Amino acid sequence: MYVLKSNENVCATCPSADCLLKCQYMSFDKNEAHAEMMKVVKGENSRVLKECVTCYACEEYCPRGNHPFYLICERREEKGMYTAPRPITKQWINMTQMQGKQMVGKIKEQALSSCFIPALGGLVSGEIFKDVAWSIVFGAEFMCPAVHTHFAKMSVVKERLPLVMENFKKLGVKEVICLHDECYGTYTSIASAYGMEVPFKPIYYMDFLLDRLKELKDKIKPLNIKAAYQRPCSNRLIPDKHYLAKEILDFIGVELPDREYQDGNCLCCADILRSISGYRLANDVQQRNIEDMLKTGAEYSVFNCPACQSTLSEKVVKMGLKPIHIIDLCKMAIGEKGGAVR
Amino acid sequence: MSDILKSLIEIVGERGVSNTPEELWFYSRDPGVLAPHLPDYVVAPKTTEQVQKIVQLANREKIPIVPMGNGMALTGLVIPLKGGIVMDMKRMNKILEVNEKARYAVVEGGTSQGVLKAYLQDHYPHLRHSLPDAPPTATIAANVALHGQGRLTQQYGFNSDMVTGLEVVLPTGDICKIGSPSLGPYWFSKGPTLPDLSGLFLGWLGTTGIFTKVGLKLYPNKKIREVELFVTDRVELVSEIIYKLTHLEMLEDLNVWFQPKPLIFKDNYHITIYFTGDTEEEIEFKRKMIWDAVQEFIDAKDGGFMGLQFMKEQLLEMPQRSVASLADVPKGGGFEYSGPITLVEHFPQYAAKVLELAAKYDVLYASTARIISGGHAMMFSISFAFNRADPAMMNRVKIALDEATEFALEMGGIPWKPNFMEQKMTMKKMDPNTLKLLQMVKKNLDPQGIMNPGNWEVN
Repeated sequence: MYVLKSNENVCATCPSADCLLKCQYMSFDKNEAHAEMMKVVKGENSRVLKECVTCYACEEYCPRGNHPFYLICERREEKGMYTAPRPITKQWINMTQMQGKQMVGKIKEQALSSCFIPALGGLVSGEIFKDVAWSIVFGAEFMCPAVHTHFAKMSVVKERLPLVMENFKKLGVKEVICLHDECYGTYTSIASAYGMEVPFKPIYYMDFLLDRLKELKDKIKPLNIKAAYQRPCSNRLIPDKHYLAKEILDFIGVELPDREYQDGNCLCCADILRSISGYRLANDVQQRNIEDMLKTGAEYSVFNCPACQSTLSEKVVKMGLKPIHIIDLCKMAIGEKGGAVR
Repeated sequence: MSDILKSLIEIVGERGVSNTPEELWFYSRDPGVLAPHLPDYVVAPKTTEQVQKIVQLANREKIPIVPMGNGMALTGLVIPLKGGIVMDMKRMNKILEVNEKARYAVVEGGTSQGVLKAYLQDHYPHLRHSLPDAPPTATIAANVALHGQGRLTQQYGFNSDMVTGLEVVLPTGDICKIGSPSLGPYWFSKGPTLPDLSGLFLGWLGTTGIFTKVGLKLYPNKKIREVELFVTDRVELVSEIIYKLTHLEMLEDLNVWFQPKPLIFKDNYHITIYFTGDTEEEIEFKRKMIWDAVQEFIDAKDGGFMGLQFMKEQLLEMPQRSVASLADVPKGGGFEYSGPITLVEHFPQYAAKVLELAAKYDVLYASTARIISGGHAMMFSISFAFNRADPAMMNRVKIALDEATEFALEMGGIPWKPNFMEQKMTMKKMDPNTLKLLQMVKKNLDPQGIMNPGNWEVN
């Protein structure tokens, strides 16, 4: 069984305790933050194990890469604690089981992974994807199991992730373009944290997108719009890639005015908060987030993750914003119809 | 040409009668598992007077007569068990009146649910009726005749409770008005304060008369409908959750369901909570009340709300087409259910019985319970899917359903729209004096025993 690579001494000697100090859903002073994290490290009871809403942010906040979030999840599972209600946890485990119903395109050396999210497949069309659309794969067999971290089921992650990677290996691919941050985060952050070897090179779709836009530069007509970007939880696993969203949007003439809840201070779409904590917290977070988007004068709410998009779309529309996936926005910029607001 | 056929043609015209084999074949069956039986004639009247003349003819000639809406009950209630005439009511499909302020409609006996829904949407968008989850071609008269339920049953009771008056052609051919229309032009009450004679017809499955007009209550149609889906894996908590939710007195509809496929639904009990409002403010207030009502189950990790992004549209459909999608899981397009009316607190026992029967007879199950009148009772459907091309599987489903009805009766439940065998089981269990009363009513109303014979036959 795979074991999390987390070093107790790294936390013990941490000068910042940023993992908890910066948390937007729990409040600590510096000493408390350090003390509570050390309880987690030592497997003792900590309020963190009860109160963490699984926003993933501490993975980004930890300046030393010691994987505080995965550790919290491990400890919760060891203690038999559920983050979300048990039936919701079971539901996710059941619905993401491999059933041999995967869809596999024409694969050569590269695959385009739409994970187990049909909406991602729907984005793959037009000039941007013309050379890779045929290589799409979809299904539980290719689904990164990172979602189970929300439910403190690291055992499921550890059991399924090697199988998923093996399924890719069987395709004979050398590279996998990940359309979901969660996939890229899984292959680069989780796999590494557990010492799993990834048998292919994961490529982040925004790297691919930016490269394609540069190739299609002549077709781009700057959109000249203002937008607010909804950063997803799984982008916290790959903070070194966060800059790409801004760079892409800038490239196609989309202005991202500064707002309170951006970058390291971004707020969760709150779908998972709804499951874990209930209506009040989720509503409060969504309300603050959308009001903050509106304050910037944004016309569009730009999404990276389809789960965030489906969670927030109805609400942002009701508050006067147009929800759109960043891929659709790129299509708009090169004059394709895919840019219609979904 | 037989004399009967000639007489029927004289009453309704040539296009309204048939005894051709291909049409008799169609009218000999319903979509459920019961064996078909051929009628001798099919007739489709257009007026109450034509219905009257047909019934008089049948009475004179002692020919069985089976009134039929769209034949969607699944339990063989319009299969002509003893042959005779099937009277297809679908040509009597006019909406005769909508009293906007008193919120009722009067429709002819073959008017479909879909026609009324569309009419109200077009002409009275702020009014609605309690639409069942049957296909929209199901008729209003048939639905109330079998004590159907619909989208407003949680709030207002069985759809038959919403009847505001009837016009019935009795088995003797007399035309009889029931309720306020018997005294004047208004259709606002089926009984009170008179003796409620509607009980002589509602629930009798067409064995005591033929509905030619039905008055039906209408209700406010709020601008926004919303839905939440609460799940628990502890069956014993279901009735308590329902109790908390119904205490709110603000829900449109409340259904509990469980099924093994697709895997997203495996091992959990799902409570679909519908609510309505005229403003976002009203909706959000109700949503908050709903969440608060069940927060204790969330805190205990025993229950939670599912994210609905990908299911919401489907859940908000009226009628909900996915209800019948179970039929296609084993291929072959068949499903039937036993739907006893029972106490909500018996949910765990019924749920266990569904699993037991599905395993015992190797059939695919799904179950949906609709809460009735704020939790006074529920309709618990024990549904099994089957392949129509597989007689052995159909037989297993039939046996499983019979066993389900036996179980329901043992539990003190009442079978809903029972087939003729289930009616016999019910009468066997019934208090003898009640049965005697049933017999008196039936004998007096239908002395020749011509109305839908084989059903509610008390011997």
